[in-house]
Amino acid sequence: MKRIVSILLVVVLGYFVYTSLYVDGFDMAVSDNRQTSISDAYITKSVTSENESVTYMESTDLENGSANIVTAIVTDYRSFDTLGEVTVLFLASIGVSMVLAGFTKKYQFKMKTNRILKTGARLVVGLALVLGVYMFTHGHLSPGGGFPGGSIIGASILMMYLSEENFRARMASFKWMESLAGTVYVLIGIIGLFVATYFLENFLPTGTVGALVSAGIIPIVYILIGLKVGSEVSGIIDQFLTEEVAS
Amino acid sequence: MIQIAGLILILIGLYGLITKRNIIKMIIALNVLEIGLNLFIVSVGYVQDGIAPILTEVNNSSGLIFVDPLPQALVLTAIVIGMGTTALSLAFARKIYATHQTFDLNEMGVEE
Repeated sequence: MKRIVSILLVVVLGYFVYTSLYVDGFDMAVSDNRQTSISDAYITKSVTSENESVTYMESTDLENGSANIVTAIVTDYRSFDTLGEVTVLFLASIGVSMVLAGFTKKYQFKMKTNRILKTGARLVVGLALVLGVYMFTHGHLSPGGGFPGGSIIGASILMMYLSEENFRARMASFKWMESLAGTVYVLIGIIGLFVATYFLENFLPTGTVGALVSAGIIPIVYILIGLKVGSEVSGIIDQFLTEEVAS
Repeated sequence: MIQIAGLILILIGLYGLITKRNIIKMIIALNVLEIGLNLFIVSVGYVQDGIAPILTEVNNSSGLIFVDPLPQALVLTAIVIGMGTTALSLAFARKIYATHQTFDLNEMGVEE
């Protein structure tokens, strides 16, 4: 009975959403009026200044020099939003370690690891760490960035935890790295407030679009975000793979 | 089409949240809902024949047709926050299991 009522409720809700979105001749899938909307200003980098077009490896000294436009939005135009986002992630990691406060002993799996798994994991972990660092240093040029790069670092730590029975990462240094990255992010914002006009303004020269050293503070901010996310994810993983000390 | 799939995923997630009483299943339903929502938001920014909004050596000019980058940036935020909430709720689930030896809300009984 409960299931039937729930199915009815969900179907009615879906019907209302569907009709309000699609039936009145308003199909959002063909929104090809993007060229006249605000998002085109992000692509031609003319949000605060007048700019006709951007060419890869030719345009210099734009308001924002990132070749990856999503990165440009995440770490420059909406950087304050991203600061809030890493704060939410920080709160989540703090919450996990507070809820699981009594869990300190490392969790022992029923299945023992073997030599092939250990050797393979040791081989892959280094490569995964390098891939993570590559991802967040090239966040302004290629797909990826601080968040996926940090998650890859967390995944390599998880691999070590699963393959080595007695492995514990030194969580104190991760906490230091996390706090340092967050503080430097806020400090960069405050420097923007004093050197330029507003909080988190891109006050460095932006360089050529597509060069590795370009885009002003965007690579710096994304490296900080990558370190912060990586240490937070590693902290969460460490907290989850522990159990309560049997007293 | 992707939007319809996103809507269906949202509705499946809602159904799971309403009917299931197991905490792990509720977290899974929440994640399904979230994936559907992210899919929907990304698909809103789709432009016909658009390419990914990254300037490269091949796609080297802003005059090309890119898909809308703004929903993608918003969904990037949403994915990260979803990961944080999932981690926190899984931590609560572990704590509840350590206290009550069950994941089922009906079997927990009342607080003494």
